[in-house]
Amino acid sequence: MKEYRLHTLICAGTGCVACGALDVKEELEKEIVKQGLEDEVKVVTTGCQGFCERGPIVIVQPGDIFYQRVSKEDIPHLVEEHLLKGRPVKSLMYVPGPEKPPIPTMMDIGFFKHQRLLVLKNRGRLDPENIEEYIGFDGYRGLEKALAEMTPEEIIKEIKDSGLRGRGGAGFPTGLKWELCRKSPDEIKYIVCNGDEGDPGAFMDRSILEADPHAVIEGMIIGGKAIGAHKGFIYVRNEYPLAVKRLKIALSQAEEYGLLGKDILGTGFDFPIEVIQGAGAFVCGEETALLKSVEGKVGRPRPRPPYPTEKGLWGKPTNINNVETWANVPAIILRSAEWFSSIGTEKSKGTKIFSLVGKINNTGLVEVPMGITLREIVFDIGGGIADDEEFKGVQLGGPSGGILTEEHLDTSVDYESLTEAGAIMGSGGMVVLSENDCMVDTARYFLNFIQEESCGKCTPCRVGSKRMLEILDRIVEGRAEEDDLKKLKILAEKVKKYSLCGLGQTAPNPVLTTLRYFEDEYKAHIEEKRCPAKVCKNLFKYVITDRCTGCTFCVRNCPTDAIEGEVGNKHKIIQEDCTKCGTCLEVCPVDAVEAVDNE
Amino acid sequence: MEKVEKILCDYVYDESKIIQILEEAQNEYNYLPKEVLEYISQNLNTPLSKIYSIATFYNAFSLNPQGEHFITVCMGTACHVRGAPMVLERIEERLGIKAGMTTEDQMFTLKTVNCLGACALAPIVVIDGEYYGKATPQKIGKILDKYQQKETTNTKQKEQVK
Ligand SMILES: Cc1cc2nc3c(=O)[nH]c(=O)nc-3n(C[C@H](O)[C@H](O)[C@H](O)COP(=O)(O)O)c2cc1C
Repeated sequence: MKEYRLHTLICAGTGCVACGALDVKEELEKEIVKQGLEDEVKVVTTGCQGFCERGPIVIVQPGDIFYQRVSKEDIPHLVEEHLLKGRPVKSLMYVPGPEKPPIPTMMDIGFFKHQRLLVLKNRGRLDPENIEEYIGFDGYRGLEKALAEMTPEEIIKEIKDSGLRGRGGAGFPTGLKWELCRKSPDEIKYIVCNGDEGDPGAFMDRSILEADPHAVIEGMIIGGKAIGAHKGFIYVRNEYPLAVKRLKIALSQAEEYGLLGKDILGTGFDFPIEVIQGAGAFVCGEETALLKSVEGKVGRPRPRPPYPTEKGLWGKPTNINNVETWANVPAIILRSAEWFSSIGTEKSKGTKIFSLVGKINNTGLVEVPMGITLREIVFDIGGGIADDEEFKGVQLGGPSGGILTEEHLDTSVDYESLTEAGAIMGSGGMVVLSENDCMVDTARYFLNFIQEESCGKCTPCRVGSKRMLEILDRIVEGRAEEDDLKKLKILAEKVKKYSLCGLGQTAPNPVLTTLRYFEDEYKAHIEEKRCPAKVCKNLFKYVITDRCTGCTFCVRNCPTDAIEGEVGNKHKIIQEDCTKCGTCLEVCPVDAVEAVDNE
Repeated sequence: MEKVEKILCDYVYDESKIIQILEEAQNEYNYLPKEVLEYISQNLNTPLSKIYSIATFYNAFSLNPQGEHFITVCMGTACHVRGAPMVLERIEERLGIKAGMTTEDQMFTLKTVNCLGACALAPIVVIDGEYYGKATPQKIGKILDKYQQKETTNTKQKEQVK
């Protein structure tokens, strides 16, 4: 392979691409040629680096120099200064706060410093569309070891000893699941990778598939060998076209290299993998529904048992694991169960990837060792709450999960501690909420989501969630009555108890945890018809204060002509016409618009 | 029906691939016309009712023709807490339709999705594949102005040609 003096790595994750990373790349390549550097500098597009808040991201190696929010216009200067003259460009570096000096290297930035990369170790260092780079970083060595040196029982024992648990939400021990499936008596068995990732506000699995598709494929082939399966399926949700594309490239390359398909590595083991793109239905993330969808049917869950390990695809034993679970497998086999289990807590081993979003400074994707505290994630890695607002809570596990508050910030992030505190580990969605977020509105948001995504098969979920939503609608609109809260609690318990699948069984969780920690906020809505966070439209109004200079900016921008006023005179909002869209608040140059309680 | 025939051929008339077949048909026609569904039903030997149950269960499918411009508003949690509902409301007002509908002149189709996974840019609106991050009602109004102006000049030009 050709040696280059410098490598420039451009993050091509969805977030950076949306901010123009591909334009940056094009410009970079042009400029490198212009300066005659094409034999010295290599441009590599990589998977998601995780620090989406700061995209587009460019890293220069060696030196680990981290450039952020790079635009096309910055490129000529960057190429000339750093790539040609060897002088890193300070103005494109990350600055942690006002009056702080810029930080040149990636690992000195708080966002990266506190992370521990096992699953995402290849993110940003290799081109996911080139199998040779994956192989160059120990890729497929775990598979080689598993096929050449280990029996299926030994593989399963290694996974069991590692303590790996499912990353798709429930945390079921992976080795145990494999063993159950291996022991199911049948000639034909299947392996499935669950890449449906339905939690709105979470993109861990997408990022793994985009950044390191071979890790998932390698894990599945090892699993196939251990279980004695003869085919694998990767089910990817409809909204992830880039992940599907990268997977398809990776699969065909793996096949070319004799790592997939017939007679893998000359050992006589056959194992093909097929990618299936979903068609947009949250419930298809539930394993029994997902299997129906793979079979080309309407994706409605069925009661378990029988579990998929006994009766799965086309009635055959099927082992289904989440993307992140599969991606953990190769390293465990290559490096040992002992190494893996040295990371994490007593019952939760290894790392977990979270997508850290909401009112946080450093929105992005983070991988942390189990046992880290929420405080470390939110403040050390996440850089605290955006816009200097107060921290209010963090929502874990999406529509099935719960909200934790200030008092839980020192909770250890592991399956048991989070459950005990009232939330769940979930698949990794972590939404940070501030004082300006309404807890009732948040609960209503998730319930509305569930209600729309309920497949309709069982009554508690279909009708129960609808009735709950109606009550929440009354609360946020200020039409609720005293006993609505009691009704809501009763319904929540019933839906939880009697629903057929996990979707309905967990649907009331966001309501129950917000009720547990923020009942006052519910009461303010019901008894005082007041929304303390000023989110619920019917329960507050905008007014213009004396700070108004009469610039008419809001008057001209109001989409419903609900503001009257002339140049130089204080303006006034006509409440009947105001839709509370917040445009006046956004455009006012002197912050004269305020949200206040209705009288 | 040549195009559907080709798709069916690509999937070797395998009924278990019906979701993929419908996805490709939708890409081809921009929605799922009734005749296409009937054709698929006959050639796969699958009851039309089953095909309809799939086409209506999954959000990715549309049984109605879609507009020239496709607007997607992300309603993921990160977008929600950063004001996506206001942005959606503004677009609905402007176009005079609700999410899931197409304007009468067939110019715009408006859809919501549960998460695009680009949460750092929340709230996000995607128009014809172009991402507009950190959207606000104010900003999105201006962006729509651009598209609507383009459309009116286009129609005027077309009329002049006629
Ligand atoms: C409503 C619902 C949605 C789910 N969505 C997902 C999902 O998007 N991704 C996922 O891996 N598991 C999801 N699960 C969990 C799966 O049913 C299953 O437990 C998981 O794929 C098993 O893999 P694991 O043991 O590796 O975690 C969902 C479960 C329910 C009830």
